[in-house]
Amino acid sequence: MNRDELRRALLETLSDVAPEGDFDRLAPERPLRDQLDIDSYDFLQWMVALHERLGIDIPETDYPRLATLNSAIEYLAVHVAASQP
Amino acid sequence: MNLNEPAAKIRTTYREALRMALREALQRDDRVFLMGEDVGRYGGSYAVSKGLLEEFGEERIRDTPLSESAFVGAGIGAALGGMRPIVEIMTVNFSLLALDQIVNNAATLRHMSGGQLSVPLVIRMATGGGRQLAAQHSHSLEGWYAHIPGLRVLAPATLEDARGMLWTALQDPDPVIIFEHAMLYNLEGNLAADAGAVEIDHAAVRRAGDDVTLITYGGSLGKALQAAEQLADAGIGAEVIDLRTLRPLDSNAILASVKKTHRAVVIDEGWKSVGLSAEVSARIMEGAFYDLDAPVLRVCSREVPIPYAKHMEEAALPQVPAIVQAAREVLHRA
Amino acid sequence: MPSLGADMEAGTLVEWLVKPGQKVKRGDVVAVVETQKGAVEVEIWEDGVVDALVIEPGTLVPVGEVLATLHSEGMAAASPATQPTSAPRTPAASAPPTAAAASAERGRISPAARRRAQELGVDISKLAPSSADGIISIADVEQAAHQIAPAVNKQAAMRQAIGAAMAKSKREIPHYYLGNSIDVTHALGWLAQENTKRSVKERILFAAVLLRAVAVALKETPELNGLWIDQQFRPSTAVHLGVGIALRGGGLVAPAIHDAQDKGVPEIMSTLADLVQRSRSGGLRSSELTDATITVTNLGEQGVETVYGVIYPPQVALVGFGRMVERPWVRDDAVQIRSIVQATLCADHRASVGHRGALFLTALERLLQQPERL
Repeated sequence: MNRDELRRALLETLSDVAPEGDFDRLAPERPLRDQLDIDSYDFLQWMVALHERLGIDIPETDYPRLATLNSAIEYLAVHVAASQP
Repeated sequence: MNLNEPAAKIRTTYREALRMALREALQRDDRVFLMGEDVGRYGGSYAVSKGLLEEFGEERIRDTPLSESAFVGAGIGAALGGMRPIVEIMTVNFSLLALDQIVNNAATLRHMSGGQLSVPLVIRMATGGGRQLAAQHSHSLEGWYAHIPGLRVLAPATLEDARGMLWTALQDPDPVIIFEHAMLYNLEGNLAADAGAVEIDHAAVRRAGDDVTLITYGGSLGKALQAAEQLADAGIGAEVIDLRTLRPLDSNAILASVKKTHRAVVIDEGWKSVGLSAEVSARIMEGAFYDLDAPVLRVCSREVPIPYAKHMEEAALPQVPAIVQAAREVLHRA
Repeated sequence: MPSLGADMEAGTLVEWLVKPGQKVKRGDVVAVVETQKGAVEVEIWEDGVVDALVIEPGTLVPVGEVLATLHSEGMAAASPATQPTSAPRTPAASAPPTAAAASAERGRISPAARRRAQELGVDISKLAPSSADGIISIADVEQAAHQIAPAVNKQAAMRQAIGAAMAKSKREIPHYYLGNSIDVTHALGWLAQENTKRSVKERILFAAVLLRAVAVALKETPELNGLWIDQQFRPSTAVHLGVGIALRGGGLVAPAIHDAQDKGVPEIMSTLADLVQRSRSGGLRSSELTDATITVTNLGEQGVETVYGVIYPPQVALVGFGRMVERPWVRDDAVQIRSIVQATLCADHRASVGHRGALFLTALERLLQQPERL
């Protein structure tokens, strides 16, 4: 998947978890938790949704790597490629 | 006048505003004179005309004998003769002794003479209770006078109206009665330094609100405004209407407000039965029935001669808690 | 209509989930009711057979009013005229003399409300007055017309409900406050290990570990777990843990995890996840809203270190956990960096004294040093 598709997958799954967020104005370099109302439960739901959509199981220790939208795209770019057949 | 400067204000009282109005009238129109018990040497039983005898002399400030029927009759005669008398009857309680003069002569001569006679008389009277003057000296009979065709009845409740209603009333070719609630004389406030005549045809919205309309006049305005403050704390927006003119009533103002808020409470120091509040309620029923979310409620004096003992008098007169309670009832939130 | 919150005055029946003639057991969900806090599933407290569904869906009904009648199995239905298959009673169907009686039962309507009902297309016969004076008003009509209140109004209503409950709590309950800093480094390490063995769907949040620790610690201080009713503390053998859950867009509910004393950490996590999901989508059950015997609030999520809470009446305690912070800490005679959480207890001084509250907090600390035993 290219970066655009990954970005779309991230934003769509994220908006399911936090539907009232302003995704048009999301700053890609700022922490997502500062811009959207998501707690640890919501984050976990996001991880579950990414697992279902992209087939990727993100270990807990890697959660901090998905703090911003850009870092999440980078993380997935490496790991989704790796897990695809 | 420099339009960029805010109008200068003076700190004054209701009593002083009335005196300013009298001075202006006496200065501007030679036909105007003041007559009544103790208005001259004593300066007025409520000190309204203090200093006027010294300023304008005995011809313009006339002390009368203790006979309401006689001096009101004399005032009517003077008006018929082309003067502009201001007759001061000490209180509405004593006006009962001049009712025949007021109702059968002053109010009716134009009609009975087919328009040939005009009685441009202004009568000022103190009214109301609250000073422990007991049953015979605490009446609120504005409603009785508002019942009589041929009379215009005014109730100034603010400094502006105390200052401004008199001159306009003197321009009326027919009799005008001005009721001054005795508890208002000491009311202190700010008045524009250039305050002058005001119109006497309309009610005034003293506080805007969307949830309930409180309709009142004269000495009860202050209590209605206090009740509105308390209701605001409970999240209820009360609109307060000061009737200002009791005859003719400003139906348009009343109905416009009730159509907006859907709920009305009338506050009147007169007794509830067969009083002015009943008239206001009937007009609302006739003009805004389909806009009402609850029956119109009235807060009035209890059906007793006004008591002498302080706590009894307080219990008999309309008070703020009763107004708040009535407002809550029409909002179905009692 | 049950009372589903300290200041609930009325609710709207949205849907019946049973029919006349149907057998029901204690605990069955029989109806869905809409309140200021969202849609709630109403459970029934008795076994029996449904007689008549008295109120029609769409009706706003004051708390305490009869929604339906049942009879015990084996007994005949209360009124011989009522057939098990009869439709819900509607006033319009009655003969003229009883129609007047029915409409008098239903309440009078103001002229303005009647006109508003026409404008909004609301059926007056379905309305019941929400005020004590029994008059259907404009507000009743507008509420019926706007069943699903727009999000903004709902937020205001919820804020009002929370405000009223909190004001009552502070007015009536003598609160005392205790706090403790707890080293949870070991517990976090243990949880991380557990989670590596679990797929993402089964991962456990630290909140579940904290909740379990609270449930176990309460065994040592039962005077913090129960309800204050009629001037007395009534301890509860079961620990129904109320969990403070923030709703999207503002608002708060605190539904209960039933019998937390019998649920291990994984089960508490799955119950918690289910509660959060149903809180945010409107599917909570009435028993979850009313059964909590103590509440835990986890505001550390929002970044505060210490939580000074307000007890939800009629409970007698509230436990708060703040944000986890890395702090220099003295351990084994050296300064180390440890993960520290501030745990606070606010408790009702009528039911417990500070000494007992302190015992709870020290028990909590002790239990969190051995998470594998929770």
